[in-house]
Amino acid sequence: MLELRKDIFADERDDNLKEIGKGTQRQDMLGHVTGTSTYFDDHKLQGMLHLKVLRSPHAHARLRRIDTMEAERSPGVRRIIRGADVPVNLNTLLSLINFGKDDEPSLAVDKVRYKGEPIVAIVADSPREAFEAMAKVRVDYEPLPAVFDVEDALKPGAPVVNDVYPKNTFVYHDVYDHQKLRFGDVERGFAEADHVLEQRYQMSPIEHAPTETNGSIAAPDTNGRYVVYTSTQALFFSLDTSAKILDVPSNTFHFIGGTVGGGFGGKVDTLTEPLAILGAMLTGRPVRYQLGREEEMQFGSPRGAERIYIKDGVMRDGRIVARKIRAYFDSGAYTRLSSYAVVKCVAHLPGPYTIPNVHGDVYCVFTNRTPATAMRGFGVTAMDFALECQMDKLAHLVGMDPMEFRILNAYRDGDMKAHRREAKNTALIECVQVAAEKAKWPLREEVKRMSSRKDGGGSRAAISPTPLEPAPQRAAVSQQRTSYDRAPPATIQQPSPPTPTPPAPPPPRPQAPSPSHGAARFSSVFGTRRR
Amino acid sequence: MAKHRGRGIASINYPIGMNLGGDPSQALVHSNPSGKFTVSLSSIDLGQGMKSVTRQICAETLGVPVEDVYVDTADSDTGPHCMGSFASRGTHRVGNAVMAAAKEARGVMMEAAAEELEVNAADLDTDGRGNIHVKGAPHRSISTKDVAIAAQFKQGKTISGRGIFLVPLSEVNPETGEMSPATCYAHACLVAEVEVDDETGEIAMVRMDSAYELGRALNPRLVEQQLVGGAWMGVSHALFETPEPYYPDPAHGPRDFVEYLMPGPGDICPHDIAVLERPAADGPFGAKGPGEMCANPVLPAVANAIFNAVGVRMDELPITPEKVLRAIKAQGGARPQARR
Repeated sequence: MLELRKDIFADERDDNLKEIGKGTQRQDMLGHVTGTSTYFDDHKLQGMLHLKVLRSPHAHARLRRIDTMEAERSPGVRRIIRGADVPVNLNTLLSLINFGKDDEPSLAVDKVRYKGEPIVAIVADSPREAFEAMAKVRVDYEPLPAVFDVEDALKPGAPVVNDVYPKNTFVYHDVYDHQKLRFGDVERGFAEADHVLEQRYQMSPIEHAPTETNGSIAAPDTNGRYVVYTSTQALFFSLDTSAKILDVPSNTFHFIGGTVGGGFGGKVDTLTEPLAILGAMLTGRPVRYQLGREEEMQFGSPRGAERIYIKDGVMRDGRIVARKIRAYFDSGAYTRLSSYAVVKCVAHLPGPYTIPNVHGDVYCVFTNRTPATAMRGFGVTAMDFALECQMDKLAHLVGMDPMEFRILNAYRDGDMKAHRREAKNTALIECVQVAAEKAKWPLREEVKRMSSRKDGGGSRAAISPTPLEPAPQRAAVSQQRTSYDRAPPATIQQPSPPTPTPPAPPPPRPQAPSPSHGAARFSSVFGTRRR
Repeated sequence: MAKHRGRGIASINYPIGMNLGGDPSQALVHSNPSGKFTVSLSSIDLGQGMKSVTRQICAETLGVPVEDVYVDTADSDTGPHCMGSFASRGTHRVGNAVMAAAKEARGVMMEAAAEELEVNAADLDTDGRGNIHVKGAPHRSISTKDVAIAAQFKQGKTISGRGIFLVPLSEVNPETGEMSPATCYAHACLVAEVEVDDETGEIAMVRMDSAYELGRALNPRLVEQQLVGGAWMGVSHALFETPEPYYPDPAHGPRDFVEYLMPGPGDICPHDIAVLERPAADGPFGAKGPGEMCANPVLPAVANAIFNAVGVRMDELPITPEKVLRAIKAQGGARPQARR
């Protein structure tokens, strides 16, 4: 049951609208309920091939040798793709917005860093023939010690998960292994507090569990272009990522999507498009790459785990005077988007409450598990679990009603938030009051009269003196440029014949500023190229 | 051995759009010669209703009926750039881009109508039913269809508009974390009631009551769909789901929906929802976005309800019967707290 409380904040709204506020039936409803909406996998193209990837059985191992001789002779196999065939076999998703270093290959070359990491891709006439060939690939692994716990990963001597980040943490501002939040003086707050409560919270990963698993179909088009039907949640994000990995101009691709069978954050990573397109480039045929259910569950990126420590100082009258938080985001073996979620989490501290002293340290940690990614509530869901369990414990500790305890501490218009911006347009108090009313939870009259629009600001808008640690020397900026700035490719790839002749040596290209591009790579398609 | 009921609450807020901004979206709006409008986007409809809210925003801004607007999306050759459908940004970012495009198209449409009616465009208004009339003189009117025909074949005008919305990227201070993460926030409070079996550790959801503040419910039925579904995702996260049941030990991962547990039809309970609307200054018609945050208050509210029922604190997710039973045993039996 949904009830619109038009009586609240009515003076801030114009309700005289014609189409807005109406429960109009969705434009795509009939297609969805009659099963006729078109999803990416509804495109059955003539001569379509199927791509499957061989995944690592080890959480961490050196790849001594990959032998595909027998697999290549397997019936129905059209092409086996190895890391060396991927034009730019190292990427990080947020290079599109110039954040972080390239750290993840499309296909593993020297090492595998999580169980399930793709090593070779097999393009065959049918999925079955691809799986049969996969069983004939021989990989010689040298298992390496692995680390799975975020705090173990930070200990001296822990196995290095990802060579790009040798301390097993993402690097913030070129110097820090975490993002800081400093607002007021928590230690002084704890000294003044009547009670101090410190607790640990742990959220395990969860799966997006979409009805439609991740996938795409790429097909050669005219004029050297490729059409790509995809389940992506972010059309241009996936298009631009594919253009970077395949080192072609973005208008090489015609991406078509838009109707997706559930995303929840799990379809941003561009897991399938680059290999499907590369398969189409190498075979000249349409190529479909869709994750199976087991792959989606185990190796499609999940919402990452988080471990959170909260220490609070609270007064007998219920006012929280200090909140100190240390949190570890388990990013898995590569960055994907966890580095971004850490900053979003820091911005969210200390929750929707006005607390004069707040201290936060949040880490993005690498472990030998499936890389984590965005999911509904990214950077906030686990922290809200921890904060709100903590709020309940604090209310219990001081003997207050948990609803009234939240209203007492709630942020209001004009208050200063810990990220040093004024709170505006707040409505937490009203939500608590209305939820109490609906649940027939008794509140005292004076608490019912409180408002987000009253009694904020003033001393609540002040920033207390904030002690800061001495800032370390900053190294020269090592972040790469955004992927949109990358140099134009030297040659534009035409649809490939079965055994392409290497093109003429390309002219020298400007050296990319990132050291992660340092290696010379050989590609059977694009020839040797200085990156 | 008994079943114990308990209630728990949680209250939260949630930022709208990509953290720090810097995430643009574009929209194009144009009319065909019959006065029917197409919105061209590259945004994705994940099932949340992206196409519907942008359609309503476009119709409201143009002043035409919603049936006269069709949203075409997610073709990179025809739709202009959009960052994507995530970070609760669809309604706010794409909605604003569509609004800007529709405003520009409306301007041309009113100019073309003014020329046909031989009046000043500033004196005209739309009736939302497909007509443009002189303010205060509804009999002096022309249909949007006739305006579109005149614009196309007589006046040589394109009734079209371009829109972009961008919150400029914010810096982050390395030492203090000072930043501008978001321009507006949605809010929620949820009360969960559970029943805990102290013999098996099983938890049954009894009911949920909630209040969500979203700026503006552009389409209340789509809002309800999001909030009901999202709250169940929260219950599932709290009590059932994980691909690593013994985290950080990665063993025993599920491979399909038989092994990966989620609530079924027998597990659901009544959920009464109130929606509050405090318009955001920069939201399209004040709208924020209900997408992500609706799951968040459920997890802690359920954990707090379990404490109220049997007196154990469950600080690790998911809260499985095994964990509850072990915690009850460790404390020497259920200790129901004051009923509320």
